[in-house]
This record gives sequence, C-alpha cells and structure tokens, in this order.
Amino acid sequence: MQAILFYIFAALTLAGAIGVVASRNIVRAAVQLLIALLGVAALYFLLGAEFLAAVQLVIYVGGTLVLIIFGVMLTARASLRTLHPTGGERAAAFASAILLLAALVTSVVTTRFIDSPAPANRYDGIQRLGQDLLGDYLLPFELSSLLLLAVMIGAAYLAKKRPQAKGEPR
Amino acid sequence: MLILGQLAASDPSSAGTTFLRLLFGDAPGWPLRVAWDLAIVFVGFLALASVVGFLGIWAERKVAGRIQHRHGPNRVGPIGILQSLADGIKLVTKEDLLPRGADGWLFRLAPYLAFVPVFAALLAIPFGPDLIFERTLAVGLFWMLAILSVEVIGVILAGWSSNNKWSTYGAMREACQLISYEIPLGISILIVVVAAGTLDLVALSEMQAGGMWNWLIFHQPFVLLAFAVFFVASLASNKRAPFDLPESESELVAGYHTEYSGLRFSLFYLAEYNAMFVMGAIMAILFLGGWDDPLGYLSAWSARVPRDVLSLELLAVNGLAFAAFMVKAGLIVFIQMWVRWTLPRPRIDQVLHACIKVMLPMSLVLLLGSALWELFVQRNSIVQQITQWVLLAIGLAFVGFTFLVLAQAFIQGRVRHQRLSEPARLGNA
Repeated sequence: MQAILFYIFAALTLAGAIGVVASRNIVRAAVQLLIALLGVAALYFLLGAEFLAAVQLVIYVGGTLVLIIFGVMLTARASLRTLHPTGGERAAAFASAILLLAALVTSVVTTRFIDSPAPANRYDGIQRLGQDLLGDYLLPFELSSLLLLAVMIGAAYLAKKRPQAKGEPR
Repeated sequence: MLILGQLAASDPSSAGTTFLRLLFGDAPGWPLRVAWDLAIVFVGFLALASVVGFLGIWAERKVAGRIQHRHGPNRVGPIGILQSLADGIKLVTKEDLLPRGADGWLFRLAPYLAFVPVFAALLAIPFGPDLIFERTLAVGLFWMLAILSVEVIGVILAGWSSNNKWSTYGAMREACQLISYEIPLGISILIVVVAAGTLDLVALSEMQAGGMWNWLIFHQPFVLLAFAVFFVASLASNKRAPFDLPESESELVAGYHTEYSGLRFSLFYLAEYNAMFVMGAIMAILFLGGWDDPLGYLSAWSARVPRDVLSLELLAVNGLAFAAFMVKAGLIVFIQMWVRWTLPRPRIDQVLHACIKVMLPMSLVLLLGSALWELFVQRNSIVQQITQWVLLAIGLAFVGFTFLVLAQAFIQGRVRHQRLSEPARLGNA
C-alpha cells in the first residue's frame, strides 16, 4: 500500500516538475510547480513527517508560490507572461541544472542512510525539533532570522519612493 | 480532485477509529481500511461540507434579512429553508461559461483549488470523542493552517485567468490581504499553543474537558485577548466583510468570481461557507472546549462509556458531542454573519494598515505576555485558579450584556417599525 502510494505521488511530483520546465506560460508553470510541491508534501506525509509536510505547504505553497504569482500579476506585461528564452539563457539554465543534478546525485550516493525506527511517542519528533531549534541550535536559528530581517529591510529600502533623477524615464 | 485523492490517501493507517474496530473486528486488512476511509471522506465529509454550505447560505440570507428589516428567503419550504436547494438546482443547470481570452485550463482548475484545501482542513477536526478521522496527526492545528493557506492560490488564479480587470484587482487584493493577515492569525494561534502546550487537536479538546472553567479562553487573560485577534484575522482570511475587498461588489462587480457561472461559481460559495465553518471549528477547539458542553457533563459521560462494544450509549454520547460542537461552531459563524451585515467596508490601505501596524504588534505583545505567564504562574496554583474564575465571570458578563443589548435593540426596533409604518405627518415644521 505504501509503495503504491509512493509511486503515485512520485509520478505526480515528476509530472508537475516536467510541466514547470516545459511550460512557456509563466502562470501555468507556477501552477505546475504547485502540483510538484503538493506531491512532495504528500511524500513527507507518507514518511510520517507531518510537521515537514505542513511546513512545505505553508512556506512553499502558501508563501513563495503566492508571491511568485503575485509578482507576475503586478508586472504582467505580455512579454513576460510567455517565456522566449534566448540561446545564452538556455545555455546558462542547462549549465546550472546539470551542476545541481551532479551535486544532488553525489550527495545521494555518498550519504549512508540509516534505518531509524519510528518514534514510539508521536509527539517525539516535533518536541525534539522545537527543543533543538530553540536550544542547541539557537545561534544558527537567530542568525538566519537576522539574515531574513536584513533582506526585509533591504526590500523595503528598494521599494521606497525616491525623488526621480532628471531625464530618467518614469 | 487530484489533491483530494492525495490527501485522503495520504495517511491510511491513521483511521484506526473506534467505530471501524467495533464494526469489523480488531485488525481489519488494508483494503477494508482504505475502503472505510474513502467512504468516510466521500460520503461523510462531502455530505457535511454540502450541508454546511446549504445551511450557511440560507442562514446568511435570513440574518441579512433580519438585520435589514426584511424577511429574507421565505418561499421555498418552511421559513425558506430549501432556498439553497432551489439555488443549487438553478446553478447546476446553468451554462458553464468561459470568457473569451481567458486561460481555459487555469480558469477551470481554480474553483477546485479554492474548495479542496478547505475540504481537506475539515478532515482534521475532532467532532466528538470518537468522531475523529485523523487520530494520529500530532500537528493537527498547524496542518489546518497550512492547508488553508493553499486556498488563496485558487482565488488568485480565478481572478487572473478570467481576463477581466475587476477580477484581477480582486485577486491582487486577496493576495496582499491574505499574506498580511496570516501573520496575526498564526501568532494568535501560537499564544494558545503556548498556553496549552500541544498542537494536537484531539489533545487540545480533551485537555479542556470538564466544564467551561477549564476552557483555554479563560486560562489566561492573554488568551482571552488572543481570541479577539484571532476572530478579526479569521474574518480577513476568509474574505468576510468588513474585509471582503476581494469581491467588494460596489467597486469590482463581484471581484475574483465575476466571470464564473454555474457549478464552478457554486464551488466558490461552498468554499467560502466551509471556510467560515472551519474557522468557527478551530475557535471552538482552541478556545471554547471542543465538543464538550459548558458544564462538562458530556466529557464525564464519555469517560464512563465502555469502548469495547458498539452500544447505543456510545452512539448517543458521540451524537450529543457532535451537536454541541456544531452549536459552538455555528454560533461563531453566526457572529461572522452579524458582523458582515453591520459594519461598512474599509479601503484596502486601511485594511493593511490595521493588520501590520495594529494587529501585528498587539499579537506580539500578547505572545510575550502569554509566554511569561506560562513561565511564572504554576498550573493549579491559586493565582491560576482565581484568574480562571475571574475571566469566566468577565466572559459570562460580556455574553449577558450582549444579550441584553440585543434584546433592547429588538424591542426598540419593533417600536420604531411601528412608528415608521404610520403615515408621515406633513407641515408642522
């Protein structure tokens, strides 16, 4: 049963991911990304990582994807809605994709996966996670939130209205 | 439908419900378990979602009628209760229109993307001591918030793919409103979680058993205030008035669903009323003691009922608990309607201002207070006990006062109605 579901969700994820790459319409690509992300969330669920699945939904689907679509809608010029990549862009995309693939494959091959038994208590996972995040790993946690704060201030600064320079087109 | 299948099947081992065990023996094989789950989802929950939509729309029109001094629907069935059925038949027989220049695939997909997340959120709700579908979901509360945040994508896509300026404006308003109000919503839930110490919906409703003085809303003064913050934020995230800017009909025709007709339009309505119900249910579980009655009789009874035979008593206690839960959630839905027909609609910049500059700092201060309270006030200490009783008294006084005001308004309304229906006196200025 688990195996059947795994293959269904994996196929769904793959189909969504291929759709993202193949689609020329940027909003459709976003929707296919949604399918891929939901597939990954379902896979987390199958593994018993409910917290991770919910985080996947709330951050990637509810946050990032909405922002992508929102950004497209705000900047919706006809030239941006459909993608016509140039040769140079294609080459760069291929290069980065192959680099990423190589990195992922090597990391999968070199990692030794250990069979860990499911936690006896169903609260174990989330309690450990909370205590680790706000206990042992407090410094990295705070540093990353500092980084996010800096990004937010930077974005607010960029978005601020500035007096227009002479001759600059509005 | 795609996602629905995913979610329904995502955790097949979870449905070791009492009733399954009682009906089919201790260890039913997986085909039976899966069939049972699918039956519950597609028969039980789909029926629940339809009934919630059905009664919700009828109640909304009745409430609106009452508040606006008219009758509301009163032709179809007794007190017009079958009006939604008539509307449903009309919507099903309507033509499924697709505007020219619209993105067909996205336009057809969007209503499902709006409805399915709300439906999936319903699955996690514990409706009674044994009426629980997702029994092993340790992060149930977080899961509901997460899946509800997917709904916005359906609305945005509906607005964008319609190829209509008003729809796109509605979708954009929805996006910025929802993203902003998700923050106070999440933080006010966090306040309760700090007080309760769990994200598990089942544990949350069980820990408040035994009478309303045990309810979390009376646990701390900060949680009482968080209830208000959560209520306002839930109005905004459900696009209910006064935050119904995504579909404000005086400016945007009908906002994001302007171009929809027939069955797809009705899916948006179903999603809206079920989202209201889900919010009411979350508030009932988080603050108002879940399925227990205010005096704690049901939880005491449920603890005594034997769980090893399928008895009438077991069915009765679950039925009563379900009824109590529905009454609580229904009351909150009623207050949402009452607010909708009472308050005027602010502008979008005022809505965002209220969220980011008022509600966000407020909820952060409350979170800090709640954390400090849990740190310094012992459970079962005398301070805690006194607080609970004082807050309970305040809460009951507030409810009583509201009822008095309502009763007075009702009587005055009658008098004024009589005065207005007399012929006007001319002259004599």
